[in-house]
Amino acid sequence: MSAGTSTSAPRRRSRSDTASPALDASRDRPPLKARLRRHVGRYWQLWVMLAPALVFVLVFAYVPMYGIQLAFREFDFTKGLTGGDWVGLKYFIQFFESPLFGELMRNTVMISLATLVLGFFTPIVLALVINQILHSRIRRLVQTVTYLPHFISVVVIVGMLQVFLSPSTGLITRFLAFFGIDGVNFLGSTSAFVPVYVLSDIWQHTGWNSIIYLAALAGVNTQLYEAARIDGATRLQIIRHVDIPALVPTMIILLILTMGGVLNTGFEKVFLMQNTLNLPVSEVIATYTYKIGILSSQFSYSTAIGLFNTVINFAFLVIANQISKRASDTSLW
Amino acid sequence: MSTDTASDTFSSRRAGHRLRGNDLAFTVVITIICAAVLFTTLYPLYFVLIASISDPTAVSTGKVSVLPKNISFFGYQQIFEDSRIWTGYRNTLIYSVVGTALNLAVTLPAAYALSRREFRPRRPLMLMFAFTMFFSGGLIPTYLLYKDLGLLDNWLVFILPSALNVFNLIIARAFFENSLPEELFEAAMIDGVDYFRFFTTIALPLSKALISVIGLYYLVQHWNDFFTGLIFVRDYDKQPLQIVLRDILLSNQAFSGGAGGAGGSGGAYGQRYADQIKYGVIIVSTLPVIILYPFLQKYFEKGVLIGSVKG
Repeated sequence: MSAGTSTSAPRRRSRSDTASPALDASRDRPPLKARLRRHVGRYWQLWVMLAPALVFVLVFAYVPMYGIQLAFREFDFTKGLTGGDWVGLKYFIQFFESPLFGELMRNTVMISLATLVLGFFTPIVLALVINQILHSRIRRLVQTVTYLPHFISVVVIVGMLQVFLSPSTGLITRFLAFFGIDGVNFLGSTSAFVPVYVLSDIWQHTGWNSIIYLAALAGVNTQLYEAARIDGATRLQIIRHVDIPALVPTMIILLILTMGGVLNTGFEKVFLMQNTLNLPVSEVIATYTYKIGILSSQFSYSTAIGLFNTVINFAFLVIANQISKRASDTSLW
Repeated sequence: MSTDTASDTFSSRRAGHRLRGNDLAFTVVITIICAAVLFTTLYPLYFVLIASISDPTAVSTGKVSVLPKNISFFGYQQIFEDSRIWTGYRNTLIYSVVGTALNLAVTLPAAYALSRREFRPRRPLMLMFAFTMFFSGGLIPTYLLYKDLGLLDNWLVFILPSALNVFNLIIARAFFENSLPEELFEAAMIDGVDYFRFFTTIALPLSKALISVIGLYYLVQHWNDFFTGLIFVRDYDKQPLQIVLRDILLSNQAFSGGAGGAGGSGGAYGQRYADQIKYGVIIVSTLPVIILYPFLQKYFEKGVLIGSVKG
């Protein structure tokens, strides 16, 4: 193994004290310092290639993580991020006891769960349908068209919702009035907020999210189809007994990943769809941390709520992964 | 490729001795579903297009459905005269181009380094990158860091913090791992080629599909970025297109003079034309992405497929 790796290294060390690869493998491990020097000698170019990415991830991801301690401190403008007095769980308790806590949790879970459940199945169905299109040009057309909305910005999507759903003049409003659904102010009602949010999300992302399932279907062994056909299976039966089982590992992986986002409602879309009329159902943790943090400068309190959100998400991810590992041997790590 | 074989199996079966009524009904159902999917996806976009050049009264009373009516370019005229849109457009163009260039310059070499199997530290490093996908410092620590770094109200805030997207890094790493034959590397090594030269002269030229896909991902990410401008930038001259769009589409400031909503001197007239401006703005802002998209579309499946191999 170590002989193999040393021969595949592009640059043998030019120093005179370099041992030959064959000698290398048979010898006991050299002291750390020497190994380090050899490693640097061989791989310094890879480290150089990694350096910018490392710098960016350390500065913009790990430094803010270090700043999480703000959630347990009293923010002090004069002392900066980590200099304030330690207050322990004060801000977490303040959040749990706040009258808004129940409402925020309910709204966040409602929106993300509805998106998760409905948004999980539609791409699977679409992939199964696209996979059944025999004509390759039509197939490509359906794929191209359904992927497209994914690239439209959230601002434009919400803008389209506003014009389409505007009372009495909007395209969708008039369409629904035709079917007797009348007089609903879709943008300013507490009962319509979640359906509008979820349905528009499905409209935008179903096609794109089906790609991964189509890729899995493309990998199905064609002998399975032939065997099923010889056994006299109908196309529907082939879907049920060949296609769907082939998608299960992909479904599990995606389910684990989405579990890690149970409390992650996209900030942008909720924020842009918010107005005073639908606020009772549209205020979620993400928008609330923005309002009290950025708009009213309660830095410690906002950090605490954000940390609570992240920890819950992370816990869900780990639990879902663990369950899946036990039950089906599929896991992220 | 294997899907072609799959459809071959289907067609050979169709040519076979019996065509079941069952299968015919199935084909009809599939066709209907596809037609419905195509219609619900395309019609809203098509409607925005025809509504943007139709007489606003005809649009709001439901007389426009298939073809534009009483064609009027008033909306587009207003858009072209609106300096906010052009400033936003210019800013977004700069942020997107410079940002994407930096993204690629950071992501590709790092992904290549992480793809080298003989490079032992790659596992812990990958874990360190991946962890940030699921755990973050949150809004306020990030805000305070940007403040300390002088990034607030600075155009670099649109470029630097988003320089590396870990998801794209994973896709790129998987591509280098699976699509570059190991023999190629070994042969180059015998010729005395080092990592730098292998990456720039052999790996990159073979990775056009990868570069197109993650280049597009990054470009769209920059083009659609609304969050950065909202949180970290106050100066309107530096705001990207999405912030301007928000003001026009959602805050009812369709007219640059501020006579937007029904309240101004324009009254109902203003409101009607405001809608036409909104339709036009949607077209103008989304067009670049839609034009670029078909050229790169063929790579998508490949790109995501590669990324999904390793999860």
